[in-house]
Amino acid sequence: MERKIRVLVAKPGLDGHDRGAKVIARALRDAGMEVIYTGLRQTPEQIVTAAVQEDADVVAMSILSGAHNHLFPRVMELLAEKGVDDVLVVGGGVIPEDDYDFLKSKGIAAIFGPGTPTGSTIEFIRNNLKRK
Amino acid sequence: MSEIENLRKAIQAWNAGVDKAVAKFPERRTDFVTGSGAPVARLYTPLDLEGRGYQAEIGLPGEYPYTRGVQNTMYRGRFWTMRQYAGFASAEESNKRYKFLLKAGQTGLSVAFDLPTQIGYDSDHPLSAGEVGKVGVAIDSLEDMETLFDGIPLDQVSTSMTINAPAAVLLAMYIAVAEKQGVGPDKLNGTIQNDILKEYVARGTYIYPPEPSMRLITNIFEYCSKQVPNWNTISISGYHIREAGSTAAQEVAFTIADGIAYVEAAIKAGLGVDDFGPRLSFFFNAHNDLFEEVAKFRAARRVWAKIMKERFAAKNPKSLMLRFHTQTGGSTLTAQQADNNIVRVAIQALSAVLGGTQSLHTNSKDEALALPTEASVRIALRTQQIIANESGAAETVDPLAGSYYVESLTNRIETEALAYIKRIDEQGGAVKAIEGGFVQKEIQESAYAYQMAVEKGDRVVVGLNKFQIEEGKPTGLLRVDPSVGEGQVQKIKALKARRDGARVAAALSELEKAAKGDSNLMPPILEAVRAYATLGEVSDVLRKVFGEYRPSVMF
Repeated sequence: MERKIRVLVAKPGLDGHDRGAKVIARALRDAGMEVIYTGLRQTPEQIVTAAVQEDADVVAMSILSGAHNHLFPRVMELLAEKGVDDVLVVGGGVIPEDDYDFLKSKGIAAIFGPGTPTGSTIEFIRNNLKRK
Repeated sequence: MSEIENLRKAIQAWNAGVDKAVAKFPERRTDFVTGSGAPVARLYTPLDLEGRGYQAEIGLPGEYPYTRGVQNTMYRGRFWTMRQYAGFASAEESNKRYKFLLKAGQTGLSVAFDLPTQIGYDSDHPLSAGEVGKVGVAIDSLEDMETLFDGIPLDQVSTSMTINAPAAVLLAMYIAVAEKQGVGPDKLNGTIQNDILKEYVARGTYIYPPEPSMRLITNIFEYCSKQVPNWNTISISGYHIREAGSTAAQEVAFTIADGIAYVEAAIKAGLGVDDFGPRLSFFFNAHNDLFEEVAKFRAARRVWAKIMKERFAAKNPKSLMLRFHTQTGGSTLTAQQADNNIVRVAIQALSAVLGGTQSLHTNSKDEALALPTEASVRIALRTQQIIANESGAAETVDPLAGSYYVESLTNRIETEALAYIKRIDEQGGAVKAIEGGFVQKEIQESAYAYQMAVEKGDRVVVGLNKFQIEEGKPTGLLRVDPSVGEGQVQKIKALKARRDGARVAAALSELEKAAKGDSNLMPPILEAVRAYATLGEVSDVLRKVFGEYRPSVMF
């Protein structure tokens, strides 16, 4: 049997808005993926540790606090330090479009803003996995 | 034959005719539902209100059960307080925004704190990196609070502070700033949110476990009833529950269930219900379904009045009155065609006014994208001023009362809320229902159902899943200067070098002793704050004694 896609849905930063994270977690699960949700207030260190432990194919981070430019690149750095280069990392939340290019230059594959249908995120994940 | 029998017959005949016509020319959809997904009938008539007595269920404004409002003249006396939630970057920047808002005709202040402040971390804490000044103002010590209210006489404004886990500390700072201005605590007007239960459920800025958190809350009730008599000691909040995805009825149910838990905790701590009851206040959301929202506010007032009277035997009419602040629904705003949000906010704000709110924040059109700019905040405030001065909605009390539809919706929301409250009672109350995950799960189910309805197109969101256009990148958004964090770190350093370290240490050690015992924590917190202990230092002492809350995660 084909292995299910494993996704770590993570909430970096201090904001408590996890309606989006929970909705996407459930939509990914309903789409047949294996989903682990970290809960609130995860440090980049905690997220990377969980991604490695859970052998995640995808890390999907949700943030609405405005600290994305600090926290997302930090996650990428820590993944690189651990020699992990085959995990697809995506982000979502209230993130100004002006920041998309910067975040993509740090290795975030896609940013999903407010109003994105869950189907778009699911399709993107299926089509852009780094592990085949 | 009685009039009602005649009507019943007439309606039967009318329905038969309409059904025939509909068979040929179908209605737009087979099922009509409210914004919360509750069924909506084609027609509402006196039959829908049968068996409900006017005096017992609706009554007169300013009288039990307060369905029509808590004052007898409502906005004919004075308008609601127009209170825009604001704060970002440093105390200096936020002080400027407050003065701008007061000059623009705003009548009360509402302070937004940044996340480290809300979670009791100083700006130099490692977890604060990247977060300082982002979603609100950074307050590390009394010094920042003095700057925040510089030139604003605290005996002449009312101030609402969105602060929960560290509410006691920020209230103490406010009292201390007032002291320095020569204003006694008995002259202060305002509100602290101070509602920890909805933090566990929906908002996330908790620090301590439920039991010590409830103690801090009841300590504040007790302290304020003696020292700060005009302060609203809590704002029991449905706002965030709704933002997390609940329905209108769930918003009422879970908020009132939290309210019951606070009243029980205070009574258990030895307070009399009429000593703290009059200072309890509420905070609700306003979404797009105008009539359902109006009904929600009316139902909430009735449910609370009955519970305070029947369950808690409150005698003071002020204990029975559900007074509330409203904010329009942030989660209803779209990033797409953001100007459309102005219209959404206008409808939502109108629902709050028709529902009898005591104060109102209108969201700005750009809030699905970033913090609002001054220009968009002005439009939001002007929206309230137009409703107040031009719409006519403020000229009579509770104008939608007697609408067969609105009264039916009011009854339905009350019934649904009471059923939830019963289920929560059966689980041992709100604290237990939250610890067990019941409340969170109910909200998540509603949130997911809503998202799926939007994605299937069952629910139209203009500009999002219908009437879309190609748009360029939004421009002119507010950006918080990233150097704010560094500035705050320097300020803390300078403060720690300058202050009387021995006085700080003594005050913190007194606080620790008090926390381990069972005396009221407000006096030692006030003393620590006066000595310029930082918010993080005070919170750390309490963390050491109380421990930290660890949520169970589920989705």
